[in-house]
Amino acid sequence: MSIDIETASRVAKLARIKVSDDALPALAEEFNNILGFIEQLQEVNVDGIEPMVSVTPMPLPRRVDDVTDGNQQAKVLANAPDAREGFFAVPKVVE
Amino acid sequence: MLDLTYEAPKVKTISGAKSDWELVIGMEIHAQIASNAKLFSGASTKFGAEPNNNVAFVDAAMPGMLPVINDFCVEQAVRTGLGLKAQINLTSAFDRKNYFYPDLPQGYQISQLYHPIVGEGEVLVEMGEGIARRVRIERIHIEQDAGKSIHDMDPAMSFVDLNRTGVALMEIVSRPDIRGPEEAAAYVGKLRQILRYLGTCDGNMQNGNLRADVNVSICQPGAYEKFIKTGDFSHLGTRCEIKNMNSMRFIQQAIDYEARRQIQIVESGGSVDQETRLYDPDKGETRSMRSKEEAHDYRYFPDPDLLPLVIEQSWVDDIAARLPELPDQKKARFIADFGLSDYDASVLTAEAENAAFFEAAAAGNDGKLAANWVINELFGRLKKDALDITQSPIKPEQIGQIVSLIKSDAISGKIAKDVFEIAYSTGRDPAEIVETEGLKQVTDTGAIEAAVDEIIAANPAQVEKAQANPKLAGWFVGQVMKATGGKANPKAVNDIIMTKLGL
Repeated sequence: MSIDIETASRVAKLARIKVSDDALPALAEEFNNILGFIEQLQEVNVDGIEPMVSVTPMPLPRRVDDVTDGNQQAKVLANAPDAREGFFAVPKVVE
Repeated sequence: MLDLTYEAPKVKTISGAKSDWELVIGMEIHAQIASNAKLFSGASTKFGAEPNNNVAFVDAAMPGMLPVINDFCVEQAVRTGLGLKAQINLTSAFDRKNYFYPDLPQGYQISQLYHPIVGEGEVLVEMGEGIARRVRIERIHIEQDAGKSIHDMDPAMSFVDLNRTGVALMEIVSRPDIRGPEEAAAYVGKLRQILRYLGTCDGNMQNGNLRADVNVSICQPGAYEKFIKTGDFSHLGTRCEIKNMNSMRFIQQAIDYEARRQIQIVESGGSVDQETRLYDPDKGETRSMRSKEEAHDYRYFPDPDLLPLVIEQSWVDDIAARLPELPDQKKARFIADFGLSDYDASVLTAEAENAAFFEAAAAGNDGKLAANWVINELFGRLKKDALDITQSPIKPEQIGQIVSLIKSDAISGKIAKDVFEIAYSTGRDPAEIVETEGLKQVTDTGAIEAAVDEIIAANPAQVEKAQANPKLAGWFVGQVMKATGGKANPKAVNDIIMTKLGL
């Protein structure tokens, strides 16, 4: 699989990262290097080996259903570039 | 057990300009899990809080915050799966569904694409007595809800409230087994009923706690059967997905509109684009959500913050052992044990609370009569006062007393209504009311005979008329009832009058 400039541009757009047109060829090249490395890894035979999801063999920790958090409107909004009447205010997005 | 004697409903066809068309519908229901805290944080799920008050830093996607799953939410998904007779997957896992929207601060929704917690199940959707559609469930997975954007508070800005962000949802995905707008609404209704019986979702559609995405396509008669036989989707038309509907009425209207729109496109030589659409209830039409199209590349991948969710079979068995009786079973039992009609049993089992009330009222009584009193008198009265069954001023045992007073001929049906009214408004026991107010029906024939004799003696002209025309004997029955304050047994009165008048 190889990444062309158009694909690189699309991925950047989906990730909401602004990339200027002249930086795209180098970005596509970097993607291809990463994918090339992964292709090498795929040469390893892993038949019959269960995927390892974690290096620490432990179950998913679970929480009881108690309300232990929240009630911190001011803190939640503290970093917002714009907040009004308890809401985050963002440029209009409407369907 | 599902009753296999149900017949499948007739498939709805819509006539186009050139031919008849059938509908094929699949649904994704998003049901909010009735938990106190969110799926991955300890913030409250309570509806109607101040904006951004029920928000933990996990929900606001602050850097470095890690999700920890709510055990109760997992249990509710399993309960729901068991309630839909579905396969429970002991190992499931979470994936990130990536898209950009202001009310999704993480930039991805944690969901379960590759390994959902619940697999295949089914729902029986009744469409009338003995008629039902069996809708297969493909899967149920757990995922996070998004926040809420408000667009009408400012001309240039949208306002975002993250209170709903991270609340646990179950997405219940059906197979394309639904064949018309009415079936779609009935399917939502049946799921809602089952979820409410299970207590896993409150089913409040108005608050958005139960929402539906509806996939609609059209096909020529016969094509669907080919699809079912082969599993090949090419027999069906291109589908459109109508997003986020929270009203049964709108679901029906949207499907109807969408089917007609697709028929018109195809019949005029065009082709339907697979796309996401929104229903506008004010205009009664669906329209394309073009802006969402590009975002449809979700780039799913396993969430590295969460280990696989492994549950024990013994835990699942324990949940299964604690399942309540579900609507289908309860209805069948009401018909078998109380001799109720299909209709009455459906009405009484619509809500678990109604069913429980009825059962308490019918205990040791005539079930059919108890059903009549609960459905006709009590439900009517509660509706008038805008009360639900849990607020009923009259207790089930008191309805039971009325039923047994009627059954034992202690009071007539007419008096029973007065007793009901007194018990309803004062909370007094019907047995005590009948005793204290002296409403007991007079079955003592001696007393009735005396009253009849008196009236016959006082009205010789009426006696003559009645003897000439027996239909007029009813006048005497009315007089005797009046004289006895309505307490005489009407049948006994009638018999005695007929004998005395020699009719």
